[in-house]
Amino acid sequence: MSTTAPEAPTRKSAAGSSAAWRLSDRIGLGFAWFVGLLFCAICAAIVIFMAVKGLQFLHVSDLWTNATATNGGGFLTPEENTAIVVGIAMLIAVPVGVAIAVWLSEYNRPRVLARVVESTVEMLAGIPSIVLALFGVLLFELHDLSFLSQTTPTGAVYGLSFFAAGPILGVLGLPYVVTPVREGLQAIPNHVREASYALGKSKAATIRRVLLPANRPSIITGSMLSAGHVIGDTAIILFLLGDTLTRYPVGHTPVLSLLRGTGDSMTSVIFDNAPTGDLNNPPKAYAMAFVLLLVVLALNVVVDVFGRRTKELRWS
Amino acid sequence: MELKSPPPVRRLTPGTPVTPLHVHGPANRTRPTVSSGNVQAAPVGVPPAALVAEPTAVVLPLAPRRAPSATIERMRIDNVTISYAGKPAVKDVSLPVRQGEVLAMIGPSGCGKTTLLRSLNRLTELTKSAKLEGQISLDGTDIATLEPTELRRRVTMVFQQPNPFPMSTFENVAYVLRDQAKRRPNKASLRPAVESALARAGLLEEVKDNLDHPALRLSGGQQQRLCIARALAADPEVLLLDEPCSALDPQSTKVIEELIVKLRQEVAIVIVTHNLQQAHRVADHVAFMYLGELVEYATAPALFARPREQRTKDYVGGAFG
Repeated sequence: MSTTAPEAPTRKSAAGSSAAWRLSDRIGLGFAWFVGLLFCAICAAIVIFMAVKGLQFLHVSDLWTNATATNGGGFLTPEENTAIVVGIAMLIAVPVGVAIAVWLSEYNRPRVLARVVESTVEMLAGIPSIVLALFGVLLFELHDLSFLSQTTPTGAVYGLSFFAAGPILGVLGLPYVVTPVREGLQAIPNHVREASYALGKSKAATIRRVLLPANRPSIITGSMLSAGHVIGDTAIILFLLGDTLTRYPVGHTPVLSLLRGTGDSMTSVIFDNAPTGDLNNPPKAYAMAFVLLLVVLALNVVVDVFGRRTKELRWS
Repeated sequence: MELKSPPPVRRLTPGTPVTPLHVHGPANRTRPTVSSGNVQAAPVGVPPAALVAEPTAVVLPLAPRRAPSATIERMRIDNVTISYAGKPAVKDVSLPVRQGEVLAMIGPSGCGKTTLLRSLNRLTELTKSAKLEGQISLDGTDIATLEPTELRRRVTMVFQQPNPFPMSTFENVAYVLRDQAKRRPNKASLRPAVESALARAGLLEEVKDNLDHPALRLSGGQQQRLCIARALAADPEVLLLDEPCSALDPQSTKVIEELIVKLRQEVAIVIVTHNLQQAHRVADHVAFMYLGELVEYATAPALFARPREQRTKDYVGGAFG
């Protein structure tokens, strides 16, 4: 029998101190720290820069007033327009995204089709939004879709409207809904599904009454991530919302006329007022960019809060 | 309170944790059932030395068992063989499942006991590669001819991990009562049925003021009793329990074991357990399975005290498992 006593621990633990690591590992660790801190610094620099510039040029009253010929400020209309297009986009992206996630996670049949949809969703996340925007232009210029936008006296379809921009933004935001919802569903232990089946419940009832409620935090997370992404998109707005400085309603039906018409958004206001834009009025661009940044940060805080709450009530 | 048999001596093999056997606390003696002392247990406080004195199997007091007339056969397992992708997990097993008694299935991991349990409500079918030969009948009907949803309302199941649904305690039970096809009954009309199910599972007193709180905030033992309440709400003929206490502390285990013994009059109970002490405490009949075969099926005292098969003797004696 061996009687070798275990070596007395000389250090607190082998993993506790990197002094004993190989040189390459120490360099790797140092690099990881460097990159991590560098990116934190870049992010902080952007936020601080935008805050300084934004606060310098932003008049708080701009948030709820409209631009007039004299004051040049006023963000109310672009804010509303952004809310409308993002709202339409979410109305499409969330239900479709949740449905795709449920199908991929719970049915996954026929397998070939499921794989195709899976890669399509993944590819969608990588498609530049300007490509989607161009596709949208071609789509909404079709005569069959003329009821969604304006038709010129010569019979050409504009293809520019809230109705055109919203759905394409929804496609842009779709992958950001599918991925977290699918992951959330897959994180639900199988015995929870079986518990529902073992009470005589159908798969449909199990999905609707057990899995989707259990997955509510990831649905909210996905929606917010998606909204945060969609809200900042500019290409689709420029191509499909028209980027007209005021709204141009089409027809006289109260809500429909607005939605069939064109307008601008928070991002297109930034684009136009940036030094490269038509209006070249950087102070206004800074102010608007700061507001947009705050909105996106707020959405991220919501994601974070719900992400935490997901971990609270769970099965072992 | 008079003991019907002399205080039994319980002998455990060395290394077995010494847990008091709870089922027959004084409170349970008054249980108004047909059983006349099913499961016997040692009084709490037997000196540990006595417990480890004898190296053989657990020796049980031989109490008179309930007369067979007190039980009703609910399910029959006839020559059932279950294989996964051609590899048999359960080999040619035949067993009766009776209301009025608790059937425990014991055996080492991978012996097929859980597979057999899951075949009783056709949950095995959820595994694509599973194939079942032989016949299982519920009240004389081959379960293969029943709709799975109907079968699973009549043969409900409780799992190893407490898994309340992410809704309120009330809704967890009400979920079972709501039939999809019909219009949703309102909450008030479901209340009596929900409360009765919770009462049957012995949980009502603890949760009656917090029925609308999320069920996942209950303690582990309460969650498991909620799962039992949920399973009882469907008013099943058979209740399947797949190691229901293995994730629970001893106190919660005791409460659930008492509940199981009490419920066997209302519903046929099949319990799969790794814990021999538990089988000993709650079961009337015990089926010992090994490598997919049913090695021995006998009344609990007989199987633990006088195993006929060497493999049973080795397993209950702690030689393997």
